[in-house]
Amino acid sequence: MNKSAKLAELRHSLARYGLPNDRPAVPLGPAAVDTVLGGGLRPGALHEVFVRGWNAGGFAVLLAMLAAGTKPLFWVRPDYEAMEYGALSPQGLLELGGDPRRLAMVKVRGSADALSAASDILACPHVGALLLEMEGQPKCLDLVASRRLVLAAEESGVTAVMLRAGAVPEPSAALTRWQVASAPSSPADDDWGNPVFDAQLVRHRQGGLGHFLLRWDPEHGCFDTTDIGVVAAAPADRQAYPQARRAV
Amino acid sequence: MWLPRLPTDRLIRRHAARSDLRAPLVISQKANNALYVYALEARAQALGLHKGQPLANARAMVQPLCIVPADEKADAALLDGIADWCDRFTPLVSLDAPDGLFLDITGAAHLFGGEAAMLATVTKSIAGHGFAVQGAIATTSLAAHALARYAPATITPPGGEAQAVAPLPITALECDDKALRALRHAGLKTIGMVASRLSSELSERLGAGFVTRLKVMLGAEEKPLQPRRALPDLMAEQRFAEPIVTEEIIAASLLQLAQHLSTILEREGRGARMLEAAFFRTDGKVERIAVRTGEPLRDASVMLRLLRQRLDALADPLDPGFGFDLIRLEALLAEETNPVTISFDSNENGRRQIGFLVDRLAARFGEPRVQRFVPQDTHIPEAASVAIPAQDKDFDQQNWSLKRLSGDPPRRPLRLLEKPEPIEAGFPLAPDGPPRFFRWRQCRHDVARAEGPERVAMEWWRNRGLTRDYFRVETRDGQRFWIYRDGLYAQDKLEPRWYLQGLFA
Repeated sequence: MNKSAKLAELRHSLARYGLPNDRPAVPLGPAAVDTVLGGGLRPGALHEVFVRGWNAGGFAVLLAMLAAGTKPLFWVRPDYEAMEYGALSPQGLLELGGDPRRLAMVKVRGSADALSAASDILACPHVGALLLEMEGQPKCLDLVASRRLVLAAEESGVTAVMLRAGAVPEPSAALTRWQVASAPSSPADDDWGNPVFDAQLVRHRQGGLGHFLLRWDPEHGCFDTTDIGVVAAAPADRQAYPQARRAV
Repeated sequence: MWLPRLPTDRLIRRHAARSDLRAPLVISQKANNALYVYALEARAQALGLHKGQPLANARAMVQPLCIVPADEKADAALLDGIADWCDRFTPLVSLDAPDGLFLDITGAAHLFGGEAAMLATVTKSIAGHGFAVQGAIATTSLAAHALARYAPATITPPGGEAQAVAPLPITALECDDKALRALRHAGLKTIGMVASRLSSELSERLGAGFVTRLKVMLGAEEKPLQPRRALPDLMAEQRFAEPIVTEEIIAASLLQLAQHLSTILEREGRGARMLEAAFFRTDGKVERIAVRTGEPLRDASVMLRLLRQRLDALADPLDPGFGFDLIRLEALLAEETNPVTISFDSNENGRRQIGFLVDRLAARFGEPRVQRFVPQDTHIPEAASVAIPAQDKDFDQQNWSLKRLSGDPPRRPLRLLEKPEPIEAGFPLAPDGPPRFFRWRQCRHDVARAEGPERVAMEWWRNRGLTRDYFRVETRDGQRFWIYRDGLYAQDKLEPRWYLQGLFA
């Protein structure tokens, strides 16, 4: 094979970041975000979402919803998160464009149970996506545990989204890491109320980083970035956010 | 079966080594403001005491005497335990309070070598645990009850109740004192004599209830029993001559039982939906674990895997004590199932795999912890949907309806707090309007935008609460909440309270 053909082939495979043919990336919506992600949210991988505030957890839910598509979505939830952040309202999920009929909720007692449920769910290839909520900084969630989740997700093709609230980022084997907070909607927007997120892609194993302001459109089931307006810089010591909890 | 000395046996078994039990044991109970003898030990009976005697008399007659107040709850619990243990003989065991048991041995007697052998086995086994016990076999429960107390070890042939019960004294009828006195007056001393009278005479004097009891006792009618546990559809059990303790043997025997059960299920074209494994310890305790599945199950290895998951997830591991001498696997609910065909429809296959995943998760964490949702037809937001264990029903057919209009932002929050939390709200600009700021969880939030009110009235027919005005608010730093005012100004309350119920995405 001559050099140019080989180069073209390499460039082509790099552009697709080695995605297998039957697992297309899930586009988030805005072109800027999708380019940075290499086509969209990569299925069969682990994505970490660190949130600040009471509302930003919805970003992880929406990512999981997009990744699941028409397949079932499993949500693993420790009891503490249910008490602190409230129980899921399927009606609310429906209003955002999700399908409550495809949702199964697994309530676990703590982090160890959550990880064992996650590994079971990631082993079944018919599951669309897994949303794993972890509380605080559990000791059992170390590099080895996250690598295990990554391998399981690769094997079966199930996308895993890990939602960490009240936690600081630590070393992990996840493909992407997001830091998300809720952002105010644009003052010019009369139909305010759709979720608006200030999302920072702070780590990406196979691509670039970025800082985006995304608004969810329930009608079309994707994000958009149109006329959102200026984001106030997130203050570091704002009273309104819960502080990170230390190791469990 | 009748355990005549259940209360004292309970105490003697437990405190066999205590020194103050060297004296004969008597249990006292208070009735009509005086203490009477409620139960007594064999030695005390030999010394001339009897039940129902005033305690003072008993103390005067025999010294020293060990007296303990009655504890009926503990006795009932012990009887429950013995009934659990008698499950090994037949699944239909019912209580005959306060100190007896009914075992329905229809169809089970041949497993123990005939009725006489079975009665001997049961009596010996219960006596081996330290209880005084007497038993009898009859076709009706009342006849067996009476025979066990007054003519133990009698086995009546079917239809022979009238003859067997005839020589018993009339106290065996266990009717009230007035009836007993009336019968004695009339000179009727045994049940046979009473039976020879016309039923019209008896019902006139003593009531129709008495006549029914007599008829049941004579075997002419039958009073049905209430078994303690539901009868399983299918059952496979294994007895061990030497009690087993090690885990590998327990697992191997469970696998064998599961295979046996699965062959029977396959033959009948059924699958099990509820499985229960019962472990009988030699010291009398029975441990049970139960597992449910969404689809009828026939595969032995899957059954075993679910049981192992449940065993591993137990808070206290299964304690064999001195060993298990009987392990039983019951299919409590078996349903018709179609033969498993390899389906080319990938949806069907996927659905089944998801069902197996849900079964595994439910076996590990408990059925109520794996949930799916059904909508409810109500305006009250916290009741708008209900979480149901995922194995219960088919969820794909539910109808969910949107609250918002097309193109509008969401009208219901993504998360609802379990209980609405009270917030301190700043005074609103308009009486019916949203507050300008509020304090929630020790943080102050300034309201930048608000939409509302959405008025939701509670169900007046249930008298459940005040009308709520819901507001969708966005604070200055971009957080979106769902708050409501509980009650209307000037109508329900002077100072209505504000609550925060939901968090939007």
